[in-house]
Amino acid sequence: MNYQPSGHDFVVENPEQQTFFVNREVFVSDDVLAHEKAAIFDHCWVYVGHASEIKNPGDFKTRPVAGRPIIFCRDREGEVHALINCCRHRGALVCREREGNARQFYCMYHGWTYHPDGRLKSVPGADAYGPAFDNAEMGLVAVPRLESYRDFYFANFDRDAVDLEGYLGKAKEYIDLVVDQSPSGKMQIISGTQEYDIRANWKLLVENSVDDYHLISTHSTWLNYMRNSGVNVTPPKGELLPTRGFGKDLGNGHLTTDNPNYRGRPVAKWISVYGEDAKADIDAMRNELVSRLGSARAARVADTNRNLCIFPNLVINDGSSVTVRHFYPVAPDRMHVIAWALGPVEETEAQRARRLHAFLTFYGPGGFATPDDVAALEAAQLGFAAWREVPWSDLSRGMGKPRDQQLATDEGHIRVFWRRWNELMETRA
Amino acid sequence: MNEIVGSTVSRAEVEDLFYIEADLLDTWRLDEWLALLTDDAFYYVPPNDKPDADARYTLFTIADDIVRLRERIIRLKDPNCHAEYPLSRTRRLISNVRITGVDGDIISASANFVIHRFRHNDLQRVFVGHYRYKIRRQGGRLKIAERRAILDAEELGLLGSVSFIL
Repeated sequence: MNYQPSGHDFVVENPEQQTFFVNREVFVSDDVLAHEKAAIFDHCWVYVGHASEIKNPGDFKTRPVAGRPIIFCRDREGEVHALINCCRHRGALVCREREGNARQFYCMYHGWTYHPDGRLKSVPGADAYGPAFDNAEMGLVAVPRLESYRDFYFANFDRDAVDLEGYLGKAKEYIDLVVDQSPSGKMQIISGTQEYDIRANWKLLVENSVDDYHLISTHSTWLNYMRNSGVNVTPPKGELLPTRGFGKDLGNGHLTTDNPNYRGRPVAKWISVYGEDAKADIDAMRNELVSRLGSARAARVADTNRNLCIFPNLVINDGSSVTVRHFYPVAPDRMHVIAWALGPVEETEAQRARRLHAFLTFYGPGGFATPDDVAALEAAQLGFAAWREVPWSDLSRGMGKPRDQQLATDEGHIRVFWRRWNELMETRA
Repeated sequence: MNEIVGSTVSRAEVEDLFYIEADLLDTWRLDEWLALLTDDAFYYVPPNDKPDADARYTLFTIADDIVRLRERIIRLKDPNCHAEYPLSRTRRLISNVRITGVDGDIISASANFVIHRFRHNDLQRVFVGHYRYKIRRQGGRLKIAERRAILDAEELGLLGSVSFIL
């Protein structure tokens, strides 16, 4: 019997042999990418932005969402919109700034203007149009569905999709664990955007974001930094990582790691990297958590790290700090990543500075770890040039164990993504 | 002000510092480069969308105090720093050097930079921007108390990671 499969399926699972393989064609093929856009990105809830980014009436941010140019904005009455940034007349962007506060959106091509809620405001020389022209029909097109959960806004380009809360399902609990860090239940995106390309297929970042198996080999320099700073990162005998964590299936293709913390948490677990003078403040934050949530829930919030993937392309890593990042394919071998830091709105200046410092110990294009992840993904993509000769990526770790006993260093949670990906690709084939 | 500046530091002296620094970074002599910094130095790369921001309130690309900067150098010298192994080849062109102010013992200076970066198996990437420095004279030598590398690119995009010292 052969270990690896023959045949041409994209995802091949063999429970008897305890194997799970993904065909590397899915990382290099233009056809697969075109099909992903139609079968996945046009039917799943995709992340747009966070309410805190558009706090005041008139505030807007422009950004790509599922490949479309979107204006994420708050109108004069405070309603949040995700408008397609495309003039109804001849298609030009009606907003070309990254962010700001707008009384109206003005198309510089022929001068059509739109209200911040998308309604058409004025058309120069409107008398040249026939009687069927109706301002009320000719506003900016909104994304077909826009819904939010705890200030995280998502769009769906499928009008018939299930509602967002039904879609998120068990993933909501893991969003709650992030938001519960705030005494008022209000988190905010912190200013400063990390926006970078990775020359690799977008699905590799899903895998990498939740893959704890790579930590020791890919991130040894980060572990050294922690060790040099007095943090105990030595794995107990027989373990791969300093703590034993799990990879979990949250349904609908969502997945998370759930790990006992060893690397410190701004809310609220002190490590030596924060400095002695931060100890009392962290203790006070911990006490606030316990009095608000009870000691068990406070421990869930403050003593675990969770890398959460909302299918298909949103990752919320609640680790050394909280990062919200989403990514979208530009080509089979290239993705565009947009990432932010998230923190409780009521943080003091010292707490905020500590959160940002902790963020940069690990995350982001200048962090001590993310650049090595990028290097690993790009190395994999280069290897995939030989996808015909070396066709299979192996995601079999832990296949012999029950699904509820998958370690974060196993690949059970990564298989959750692939099973859902395969299901959607086949359903809409 | 020019008179005061002229009496304490010359542009040529600042240029020498910048050119020596560029050479040490291009040749990966990172310990010698660290020796150009004060013991309380900072190194910043602001986010592309907020180039004038303060690292206490804004997520930067890099915001190192000297403690973390020394750790960054340990990392860069380690073959397990995969983003810089094999090491990038870089070539820095520094120009438009100006002394922008003197306040007590702190000399402020700025310069433009173009850093060409080459890597095996990778695109050629060009990092363009300007530096803002705070420099202090210590024991007769100019030392760098703060260096801020501000990129002109609207987003990192295909520049990818900032894994070497800008």
